[in-house]
Amino acid sequence: MAKKESTFLNMVITLFVVTMCAALALGGIYIATKEPIALAQKAKTEAALKAVVASDVTFDATEQVKHGVADGDTIRLNKLLSNGELVAYAVETFSRNGYDPTPIKIMVGFSLDGKITGTSLISHKETPGLGTKLGEPKFADQFIGKDPKTFSLVVKKDGGEVDAITAATISSRAFCEAIESALELLNKEGGNN
Amino acid sequence: MNQFQNFTKGFIKDNPVFILLLGLCPALGVTSSAFNGLGMGLATTFVLICSNTVVALVKKQIPDKVRIPSFIVVIASFVTIVELSMQAYVPALFDSLGLFIPLIVVNCLVLGRAEGFASKQNLLSSVIDGAGMGLGFTFALTLLGAVREILGNGSIFGWKFVEGDAILVFILSPGAFIAMGYLIPLINKMRKTA
Repeated sequence: MAKKESTFLNMVITLFVVTMCAALALGGIYIATKEPIALAQKAKTEAALKAVVASDVTFDATEQVKHGVADGDTIRLNKLLSNGELVAYAVETFSRNGYDPTPIKIMVGFSLDGKITGTSLISHKETPGLGTKLGEPKFADQFIGKDPKTFSLVVKKDGGEVDAITAATISSRAFCEAIESALELLNKEGGNN
Repeated sequence: MNQFQNFTKGFIKDNPVFILLLGLCPALGVTSSAFNGLGMGLATTFVLICSNTVVALVKKQIPDKVRIPSFIVVIASFVTIVELSMQAYVPALFDSLGLFIPLIVVNCLVLGRAEGFASKQNLLSSVIDGAGMGLGFTFALTLLGAVREILGNGSIFGWKFVEGDAILVFILSPGAFIAMGYLIPLINKMRKTA
């Protein structure tokens, strides 16, 4: 078959067919992957929830308090219950002040007396190899067991007590800020401390 | 040129990154570790094989004047398919590579092979060319990523052999250019002696 001439009609038909095939293929893939994607994200949030509570705490139910409306703007306070009794808090929080405008989303665990029991990075778009170290134990584990009432949640460069990541001070600051906003909501909603 | 040479040319002789200097944006952007380079290379290989196949199949039906927009639509569709499937079935890999997958659309290498090779050759040659070029690209990205990871983080494929921080500049963007600048003459020397 000879190559098609570049007449106006041929070009319009070709582009129409090509884009229609592409649209159909993409629509199909979107529908096929929608559910697995939602599941994967839910699993990730749940894993983060388990990772931030103290290892001796077990819970069988969660109760959620939302703060904010838009998806990227919501702080979710999860009250972890065991046999109907409150055992710990896990707060899904965020900060927009990282190195990339995309919010850094983290999960922070608090014990009933207000101490931090762990942090876990959920999603972010910080610099690969630098800001990504927010999730590594060297940085994330320094918060464990700290009481925010006595521990200053500010990086050392700004006069606080947090060891920032080398060459990623901005990401480290944003991480601290996210914990601060989690704490704010906890103090407002938690009530008992 | 037989099919074996067609396949192997992507590694050294016509290596997309070091010799053809195509697809430098992802090559410099994602290679902060060897694993990122490998993942990005394999994703690009998949898109290259798929787009080369489709372009070789439909080349006679596409009028010359609209060939570039048609090829771009084909490539962009495959990239989105890769992105969505990765997000759904390998979320761990998507966490580290998700940012860069949309960049494959504007990778000159993919369009370059569709336009310069697949639109002129038969189906078999095009598929083999896509696989060879893609794996050559993967090789280049993994090599660059490994060099930067070793110098910048003191580790290789995540296995750390130097405690603490290494030469951080190699993880940052300038390090990509520096590492690339030394690798290009090295590969070119190898190519001449080979």
